[in-house]
Amino acid sequence: MIQARVRKQYAPGPDFAGFSLDVDVRATAGVTVLFGSSGAGKTLTLDSIAGFVRPDEGRILLDDQILFDGAAGVHVPPRSRHCGYVFQNYALFPHMTLRENLEFAVERRPRLERHRKVNEMLEKFHLADVAGRRPYQLSGGQKQRCSIARALIGAPRVLLLDEPARGLDAPLRAELYSVLRQVRQEFGIPILLVTHDSEECFELADEMMVLREGRVVQSGAPRKVFEQPANVDVARLLGLYNLLSVEIKSLDPGRNLSRLRYQDFELTGPYFPGRLIGDQVWLCIRPDLLGVAPRDGRLAANQIPAALLRVVDKPERLRLEFAGDIAVELTRADYEQHGPVKEWVIQFPQTGLRIL
Amino acid sequence: MAIDWFPLWLSLRVASISTALALAVGLWLAWTLANRSFRGKEVLDAAVTLPLVLPPTVLGYYLLVLLSRNSPIGHVYESLFGGPLVFTWQAAVIASLFHSTPLLVKSARAAFESVDRSYERAARNLGASELRLFWRVTLPLARRSILAAGALAFARSLGDFGVTLMIAGDIPGRTQVVSVAIYDAVEGGQGTVARVLVLIISALALAILTLANRLTSNPFGPRQTAL
Repeated sequence: MIQARVRKQYAPGPDFAGFSLDVDVRATAGVTVLFGSSGAGKTLTLDSIAGFVRPDEGRILLDDQILFDGAAGVHVPPRSRHCGYVFQNYALFPHMTLRENLEFAVERRPRLERHRKVNEMLEKFHLADVAGRRPYQLSGGQKQRCSIARALIGAPRVLLLDEPARGLDAPLRAELYSVLRQVRQEFGIPILLVTHDSEECFELADEMMVLREGRVVQSGAPRKVFEQPANVDVARLLGLYNLLSVEIKSLDPGRNLSRLRYQDFELTGPYFPGRLIGDQVWLCIRPDLLGVAPRDGRLAANQIPAALLRVVDKPERLRLEFAGDIAVELTRADYEQHGPVKEWVIQFPQTGLRIL
Repeated sequence: MAIDWFPLWLSLRVASISTALALAVGLWLAWTLANRSFRGKEVLDAAVTLPLVLPPTVLGYYLLVLLSRNSPIGHVYESLFGGPLVFTWQAAVIASLFHSTPLLVKSARAAFESVDRSYERAARNLGASELRLFWRVTLPLARRSILAAGALAFARSLGDFGVTLMIAGDIPGRTQVVSVAIYDAVEGGQGTVARVLVLIISALALAILTLANRLTSNPFGPRQTAL
């Protein structure tokens, strides 16, 4: 298990607003994803654990070893930390063959053991045929597997990955995910992975931690986080929701009803406990839970009119983007039954509305 | 007219030895400046660079004071080797060492700093000591630039005049290096000797600079970048 509670302050400069990291990250065996936009402090957290960055204060524990303790002045150098690290650019040594890259990581071991370990890893990651090649002679997938194999060959007690899928095309991504699933199964160590891609979270994460401006703002299983973002900032980061600013007009716990005002329209929703009439809140709803119909005459309950801006083809469905930053997703068949219409109404469900 | 080739051989010998010494000292200094942060780092950097901007006579004067027969260093040397250090060819080596090391440190530091830091992080992460990191990763990755820096230091050693004259003097057949010999030849009206030596030195310097440029123009081919 890895546990890192660290703080680090960067003073503002002439062209730098300053940054403060204050996170408490823990991960057990399995994949824990550090999720956030760039500049949220994800990589800084990883670098603190690996020892490339020295935090101002806090404590980093790996199993029962103290890697860093600000109060006691402990700062174990990176070379003694037993943290496997997969760099964003792989950082395979360009002047060494793939085999030499792996050998570099176990150079202290006796010769026979070293030889056995390297061969074992080459086999496991399907690299035996290209072991004699230099990194520039390898394909992207081979380089990626090699960097993961090199990080694991010294039997680290945690594996850290910094945006491993950045800049990869779809097949390579799929390959990476399957390699990582294999690693999770076979090595049984905590895997801490940094990404800003919500799909990657779903693919890999057992647990996720959402970072924003140097703080952990929400953590839990990905399904939980996606179902109930802790606040509007998290919802924005996940990037999957329509977020509408609404005012609560009335609340009726008896009939489990509420009335919300969105611009000039009224919507009916469920009762929201702990909210007051007059509260300005965010209505958060997934695009696939909204319905659409061509506009004709009067508005029915929970409908608002909207002008269609564009239609975006997605792999499985269509995404209609309306004025006012509202998006609706539906199947192509559902869309085509209405034909080309400019003026639409958007149908909100009465249940399943969430406010943040 | 017979040309005395001794100054040319002496210059090549002095430049070779001083380049070897400059590499040993300069690479260590450059590595320290590129990788360590410590108090007084900028002062050290300035002190290392100083010989580049000081007049050779000033540098020569310092060395003369430092190495003279009355100085502690001069004393120790004399008791060890049985003769004074100043006005020997060994003094010429020291002169060109001080003349060429600053240039070497400057370019070697730039070469070390141009190595992608993620390689160094990776090496440390994989358990490498700083020494192993240097020999196995940084130096091989920077080797073309380092060789180029060595070539430049060699060329600069060949070209030293002032410092050498101050502490090694102008003793024909013993400490007279080629740059000093050319001066003497011009002063003494030996036009042919001067012309031949001038042409040889120019051609040599041109060849070395071309080599250095070729070494740095395509550093490590497609392998330098990590992709």
